[in-house]
Amino acid sequence: MSTTLSATTMNLPAREFEWKLPTRGRVGMCAVIAAEAAIFTIFVVAYLFYVGKSLSGPMPRDVLSPPIFYTVCLLSSSLTIHFAVKTLRRGNVGHFGAWWLLTITLGVLFLYGTVTEWRRMIYEDGLTINTNLFGTTYYSLVGLHGFHVVAGLVCLSAVMAFTLFGTVKQEHAERLDVLSLYWHFVDAVWIVVFTVVYVIGR
Amino acid sequence: MRSRGSTNWRVVGSQIFVCVCCSAAAFADLAPPLSPTNIFAPASTPAKSIFGLSLFVLVVTGAIFLVVFTLLLYSVVKFRKRKNDDGREPPQVYGSNQVELAWTVIPVLIVVALFMATARVIASLQKTARLDNAIEVIAIGHQFWWEYRYPALGVVTANELHVPISDENQPTPTFIELLSADTDHSFWIPRLAGKTDLIPNHPNSMWIDPHEAGVYLGQCAQYCGTQHAKMLLRVYVQPRADFDRWIQEQRQPAIVGSAVSHGQRVFETTACINCHTVAGTVANGRFGPDLTHLMSRDTIAAGAAKNTPENLRQWILNPDAIKPGSLMPAMQLSDQELDALTAYLETLR
Amino acid sequence: MSTEPIAWPSASAESRTFVDTLHEWVTTVDHKRLGILYIVYALVFLVIGGIEAIVIRIQLIRPHNDFVSPQVFNRMFTMHGTTMIFFVVMPILFGFANYLIPLMIGARDMAFPRLNAFSFWMTAFGGLLLYFSLVGANGLYGAGNAPDVGWFAYAPLTSQTFSPGHSTDFWTLSLLVSGFGSIGTAINIVATVLSMRCPGMTLAKMPLFAWLNLVMAGLVILAVSPLTAAQIMLLVDRYLGGHFFDTQAGGSAVIWMHFFWIFGHPEVYVLVLPAFAFASEIIPVFSRKPIFGYPVMVGATVAIGFISMSVWAHHMFTVGMGSAANTFFVLSTMAIAVPTGIKIFNWLATIWGGKIEFKTPMLFCIAFLFQFLVAGLTGVMLGCAPFDWQLGSSYFVVAHFHYVIVGGILFTLFGAFYYWFPKMSGKMYSETLGKLHFWLFLIGFHLTFDFMHIPGLLGMPRRIYTYEPGRGWDTWNLIVTIGVFFQAAGILVFLGNLVWSYYRGKAAGSDPWDAWTLEWCTNSPPPAYNFSVIPTVKSRRPLWDLKHPDDPDWKYE
Repeated sequence: MSTTLSATTMNLPAREFEWKLPTRGRVGMCAVIAAEAAIFTIFVVAYLFYVGKSLSGPMPRDVLSPPIFYTVCLLSSSLTIHFAVKTLRRGNVGHFGAWWLLTITLGVLFLYGTVTEWRRMIYEDGLTINTNLFGTTYYSLVGLHGFHVVAGLVCLSAVMAFTLFGTVKQEHAERLDVLSLYWHFVDAVWIVVFTVVYVIGR
Repeated sequence: MRSRGSTNWRVVGSQIFVCVCCSAAAFADLAPPLSPTNIFAPASTPAKSIFGLSLFVLVVTGAIFLVVFTLLLYSVVKFRKRKNDDGREPPQVYGSNQVELAWTVIPVLIVVALFMATARVIASLQKTARLDNAIEVIAIGHQFWWEYRYPALGVVTANELHVPISDENQPTPTFIELLSADTDHSFWIPRLAGKTDLIPNHPNSMWIDPHEAGVYLGQCAQYCGTQHAKMLLRVYVQPRADFDRWIQEQRQPAIVGSAVSHGQRVFETTACINCHTVAGTVANGRFGPDLTHLMSRDTIAAGAAKNTPENLRQWILNPDAIKPGSLMPAMQLSDQELDALTAYLETLR
Repeated sequence: MSTEPIAWPSASAESRTFVDTLHEWVTTVDHKRLGILYIVYALVFLVIGGIEAIVIRIQLIRPHNDFVSPQVFNRMFTMHGTTMIFFVVMPILFGFANYLIPLMIGARDMAFPRLNAFSFWMTAFGGLLLYFSLVGANGLYGAGNAPDVGWFAYAPLTSQTFSPGHSTDFWTLSLLVSGFGSIGTAINIVATVLSMRCPGMTLAKMPLFAWLNLVMAGLVILAVSPLTAAQIMLLVDRYLGGHFFDTQAGGSAVIWMHFFWIFGHPEVYVLVLPAFAFASEIIPVFSRKPIFGYPVMVGATVAIGFISMSVWAHHMFTVGMGSAANTFFVLSTMAIAVPTGIKIFNWLATIWGGKIEFKTPMLFCIAFLFQFLVAGLTGVMLGCAPFDWQLGSSYFVVAHFHYVIVGGILFTLFGAFYYWFPKMSGKMYSETLGKLHFWLFLIGFHLTFDFMHIPGLLGMPRRIYTYEPGRGWDTWNLIVTIGVFFQAAGILVFLGNLVWSYYRGKAAGSDPWDAWTLEWCTNSPPPAYNFSVIPTVKSRRPLWDLKHPDDPDWKYE
C-alpha cells in the first residue's frame, strides 16, 4: 500500500522561519518534578497538620537536633553539580568527572547523616514509625525524601560509571543539565523539609 | 459528497418526553404520604431553610435550563442541512467578543446571586446559638446501630430517638452532638434536617426543632460497612408531656423481679453482658445497644425488624437471617435457653 | 497485503505467524498501536464494569431483594466505580490521546515512546491486579476478596481493624501501580504537545484536542500524585503500624477525605476535558464551521484546570468543616460553573448558522450538549452546600455524576469512536448500526439516569444493598433497572458494529468527513511514521487552507 501523502499536502506553505521549541527532555523532567512536588506537598501538609497532636511518646523537641553539617553537604552538592555541567559544556570531561564525583560524595554523606540520626532516634530515644503521630509523619516525610536522594544517587552513579568508561562527551551536557534539574529539586525539597521539621515543627 | 440531512424530530421528541416525565414525577411527590423521607416536605427549621434555598436554586437552574435547552433545540432544528442543499460551506464565523462578554457576565451575576443566597443559609444554620431550654442529646454511631445519651436527663438508649415538639413561639429545639465509636456514619432524617456525618475523633453537632408530632424516618448515609443499609433511624417527635413521661420511664432501672428468672440467668452467664447493658443488673457492656427498656421500642436491630417475640428470638438465634454481617454473634443457645431468654427480654419494658 | 490495522511498509512477503504478530503488539512503542491497546483494554473492562452495574441494579429492582448478599453487593459497587474510572475511562482517553495527538500536531510519535509503552503496561497490570482479588488470597471462598470499601475508601473503614484481610490492599496497590502509568502518560502528553509541534503550529494554532489534553495531563500530574501519597500513607498505617488515619492515636479520618478529594475532584476534570476535546473536534466538522471562540475556549479550559484544584471539599460539605470553609468551597464550585457554561455556549454558537449533518458522531455530540447541560445544572445544585446537606451521599449525587460520566463523557466517547474509526481501521462503520446503537443507548440512559434523581430527592442514600418498602422508592428503582438493559443492548450493537465493520466495512479513504485537522491528510490507517514529510502549517485548520486556497483561515484568524 502506498504510503505517500496525498497530493494536496505538497502545497503546504514552505518553511521560512525559525522554529524552536523547548526540548522534550527538559519539559519531561519539569513534569516529573511537578508530580513529585505534589506528592511531597501532601506529606508536608500531613506533617504540619499533625504537629503537636501526638497523644504520647517522644516529642520533636526531645529528639530532634538540626543536622546542619549534613544539610550543608547536600546543598553544596547542588553547587558542585552545577559546576560539573558548566565545565562539561566547555568540553572539559576530566574536571566534569571530578565535580560529579564530589556531588555523589556529598550526597552519600547526607544519607549517612540521616542513617545515623535515625539510628539514634530508634535505639536511644525509642521513636519509630508506629510510636506516635510525630514518629509516623517524621519517618514518612524524611524517608520519602531520603528515598528520592537514593534514586538520584543511583542515576548519578550510572553517569559516573559512563564517565569512567569514557562514554560521556561534551554533547551530553544538555542531557546532564536536565538530570541535574532533578538533583536541584531534591535539594529544594530538603530545604522545605528541614524548615518544616526542624524549625517550624519543633 | 455528503448524505442528505435527516429529520431529527425523534431526538427532539424523546428529549422533551423524558424531561416532562421527570419534572412531573418529582413535583407530584410533594405530599408526605407518598414518601416519609421526602426532602421537599420539611417539618423542622433546618429542613425548611434548605427547602427555601432549594426552591430558589431550582427556579434559577430551571430558568437556565429552559433558555439553553430551547436555544439548543432551535439551533439543531433550524440549522440542519436541507435536502436541497447547494453544497457550499456556510459562513465561517470565528467568534465574537461582545457575545463572549455577554455570556460571561450574565453567568457571573447568576453565580453571585446563588452564592449569596447559599452563604446566608449556611450562616443561619451553622451558627445557631444554643438555647438554654434546648434538649441535649449525644448520638454515637456504631457499626450498625445508634446510641443516644441525654446527659442532662440521665438517659441512655438506642436506635429510637425521642424529642419534644418545638413550638414556634417558644422553641425547644434538640441539639444533637454527633460522635462515632468506629467508622464514619451520617445522620439523615430528610424531613427534619440535612445530613451531618459522625466521624471518630471529630465531633459534629446539629439541631432540629420539629413542629409536628410523628415518627420521622431516615437512615445512615455514609457507607460504614456490611450492614450500612440497615442502620435505620427513627425519630419520635412527641408533645412535651409525653416526652417527659418517656424520659421518666427510661431513667428507671430494669424492673427486676424478686426471683432471678431462668432467662436472666442465661443472659448474665452467657456472653450477653459483654456487649449489653441492663441498668440495675450486673450487665454493663457497651459494645452493643442498651437493653434496659428494649420493649419500649418498635423495632430491633436498628430498624431491621419489628420488635416482636418471634423476631427477637430469631435475632438471638441467628442474626444473619435478619441482618447478615451485623456484629451481633449467633449465641448458640439451646431452644429452651432461647425461650427463657426471650421471655426475660420481654420483661424489659 | 494483509488486513492488519497498521500497515507496515517494511513487511516482507512471507506470512507472519500468530506469535510474530503477538510479539509485535506486546513490544510496540508506536503511539498508534499503544493507543489501540489502551482502547481495546478499556472496552473489555467496560463490559466487566457493566456486568457489575447490572448485578447492582438487579439487586435493587425491588425492596428486600436477595439476588446477592450484602457482602457481594458492597464489592460490586466498589469494583464498578474503581473499574469504570481507572480501567475504562482513563485508559480509553489515554488511548485516544496517544493515537491522535502526534497526528494532529504533525509529529511522528509521542515524545517518549518507551515511557508510553511502560505506562500502558503499568495501567494494564494494575487492572489485572485489582481483578486478581476475586481469586487470590481467599478469593474463591467467601464470594471473592475484592475490595468492598467504596471507590473512595474512606478511613478508618480501610484500617486493619475494620478491613482485615487483603481486599483493601488490592485496591491500594492496583491503583498505586496504575497511577504511575497515568502519570507517565501525562508526562508524555505534556512533553509531546510542548516540544513536538510541527513548524508553524504555535500553541495558538494547535487543535483544541491538543489543548484540552495538555490541561488534562497537567491535572493528572498534579492530582494523581496526592492519591499516590495518600495510598502510601494508608499502606504505612496498615503494614508499618503508622497512625496517619488512626483516630485512636489522635489521627484524623477527615484528612484522608481531604487528600482523596484533592485527587478526586481534579480527576473528574481529567475525565471530562478529553470529552470536551472530542466534542470540540466533531461538532465543528458536522456543522461545517470552525469552532466558535477558539481563544475563549482555550482560556476557559485553562481556567477550569486551575479552579478545579480548589473545589475539592464540596465532596465534604456534610463532614462538619465549619461555615467559613463551607462558604469558600461553595464560592469556588460556583466559579467553575462559569467557564464550563461558556464552553456550552461556544458549542451552541458553533452549531448556530451551520449546516448540521446528523451522522452518528454528531448525534452523540448533540445528545452530549443537552445532557451535559443538565449534569452541570445538577452540579450547581449540589454546589449549594445546604442543598447538598440533603442531596449529598444520596441517589441524587449518583444520578448527577452518571449524567456527567455516561451522558457527557461516554456519549462523546461513542462519537469519537465513530468519527475516528475510519482513520484507525481504514474502514467505514455501518451507519445503520451506529444509529441503532444511539437510539437504544439514549433511551436506556434517560430511563436509568433521569429517574434516578427521584429516589435521591425522596431520601434514598447511596451504597445500600437493599431498602425498605414504603419509602416511595420502589417504582423509580424498577424503572432505573429497566433502562440498564437498553444500554446493554446498545453496547452490544456498538461492539458488533466495530467488529463487523473492521472486517467487512467499505474502504474509508483518508478523509471521509471532509475535515480540517492534520490527521485527515494521512492514509487510513496512517503508516508507522505518520507523515512522509513533516508538514508546515499556517492556521488552525491546515486542511481547510489547502481545500480553499482562495479563502484560507490564516487571513481571518
